[in-house]
Amino acid sequence: MISIASNYYARLAKAHSFTMQIVCTAFAMIILVLLALVTAFLLYHGFTSINLAFFTQTPSGDIQNPGGMLHGLMGTAILITIASTVGIPLGMLTGVYLSEYASNSVLAGPTRFVADVLAGVPSIVVGILGYELLVVPLGDYNGWAGAIALAFIMVPIVARTTEEMLRLVPKSYREASVALGATKAGTILRVVIPSATGSLVTGIMLAIARVAGETAPLIFTALGSRFLPVIREPSPYFHPTDLQHPFPSLTKQIFDYATGPYPEQKRLAWAGILVLISLIFVLNLSIRYFATRTRRTAT
Amino acid sequence: MSLDESTVIPREPIRRQVLPSRTMPVSHGHKMIASENQTTQIHEEVNQIAPVLVIENFCLYYGKTKALHSVNMNIPRGQVTAMIGPSGCGKSTLLRSINRLNDLIDGVRTTGEIHLNGQPIYAPGIDVIALRKRLGMVFQKSNPFPMSIYDNVVYGLRVAGERRRDVLMEACQASLEGAALWNEVKDRLKDSALGLSGGQQQRLCIARAIAVKPDVLLMDEPTSALDPIATGKVEDLIYQLRSNYTVVIVTHNMQQAARVSDFTAFMYMGKLVEYGPTGSLFQMPRLKQTEDYVTGRFG
Repeated sequence: MISIASNYYARLAKAHSFTMQIVCTAFAMIILVLLALVTAFLLYHGFTSINLAFFTQTPSGDIQNPGGMLHGLMGTAILITIASTVGIPLGMLTGVYLSEYASNSVLAGPTRFVADVLAGVPSIVVGILGYELLVVPLGDYNGWAGAIALAFIMVPIVARTTEEMLRLVPKSYREASVALGATKAGTILRVVIPSATGSLVTGIMLAIARVAGETAPLIFTALGSRFLPVIREPSPYFHPTDLQHPFPSLTKQIFDYATGPYPEQKRLAWAGILVLISLIFVLNLSIRYFATRTRRTAT
Repeated sequence: MSLDESTVIPREPIRRQVLPSRTMPVSHGHKMIASENQTTQIHEEVNQIAPVLVIENFCLYYGKTKALHSVNMNIPRGQVTAMIGPSGCGKSTLLRSINRLNDLIDGVRTTGEIHLNGQPIYAPGIDVIALRKRLGMVFQKSNPFPMSIYDNVVYGLRVAGERRRDVLMEACQASLEGAALWNEVKDRLKDSALGLSGGQQQRLCIARAIAVKPDVLLMDEPTSALDPIATGKVEDLIYQLRSNYTVVIVTHNMQQAARVSDFTAFMYMGKLVEYGPTGSLFQMPRLKQTEDYVTGRFG
């Protein structure tokens, strides 16, 4: 009796296990095929549309020969630079506070909660907030509003990853440092942050990759523009006053072209998407590089 | 003064014959609860050498739990003092009270006083950072920072503001020589300290602790994570260090206490039970509780 029963259940278990494996593999395949389709579609349309003019020209106004997206590339680069300059330090300091100073403070829980909620807020909401706070009072759509909106998206991501990464630094490092006569701030700056550098960089790059592809928060803030972001007055190079006007960005230009009626502009949008995806891909590769390098030094 | 294993172990068979005739059963550890009125036995020899540390009526609470009960002990200068006792007896807590590392734990409260070279260290206005520079500490698990060997050794000096390269290099060599590690690492000072073996890492931590020339070296079970050969090297080192430093070592291993220390303190349930020259404590303990512990009957 026992041997038959156990045989039956063993066969059932085996069949169950086999079915499970087939189902999981099948779904993974479906996802892979979909991903491959999207990538192939994108590469096809992107590569047939991309040319040198994309990187060197601004919109020409000619529907048949629409020029390039130099203005969008420059605009996005400037927006991300400013957003990072504001967002990364704020996020990192918040993360350091959460991990090192607030462990038992009444402020820790609420701060962490707010950071989590902010990280999940739809980016269009951030755009509307930027419109109310930075566009309406200043009287016009402007680059500052766009950059600050992006920074606002970065802060909670950087803060939470910083906190998590610093928490992974062994307590024994902190004890050893303090026992050698280091202050708390000295310990954080000399030991805790340096030993987490690799993973901190990963968190920062994730945040940059995230905002590089954002369109929604820019629609109500920077608006977009068909001209180079660097205006010759008062300086031929980039000048902060350039941000006082509606400001171009790659994503917003892609959005405008892709939703517009003209086939040549749609082609340009495809090229823009290819460039954007490639940039994020390169960022992700460097993230992987940093992440594995950290793991190697940590063991 | 130090003993090796052979002088301690042969006594065991004799004791086994003596003990059953005693009134109190000793077969189980839980019957050996220290009573409130129990007196601490301190051998006279302890007070014949000028103390570097004087612990006075020292009590420590973790929240509402009392972890140390009015400990009184003098730690003689230039000697190795071992603290033994079962897990949770408070020996590590006492050690970490000496350099005020318990300050890092929330909810810790102390009464009583510890004097270092006659100065009260729990008095208001004491500079804890300056205090910790005078008390080197070596931890249970070796905890070199994820930096180069050189950077690890000179960490304490850098924290103290020393920047001259020649001074740092000289201190690095002297400390590594003091920790019997120089010959093994002199060609790879710039390599990561994490590439060293466990025993080498622990000796590196000792080098790092003695680089700041502390008055007292505190060791919290420094060999519990090491294999016998590495343990032997660290014990040899502790034996050599006695000429220049006062060493306080917490250990689980009674043979180790017997091998490396001049004085031994036996603690149980947060109280100092018996404290005297290592030889007398192991061979002629005055209290039955000590005798039961050192002969391996409980704990």
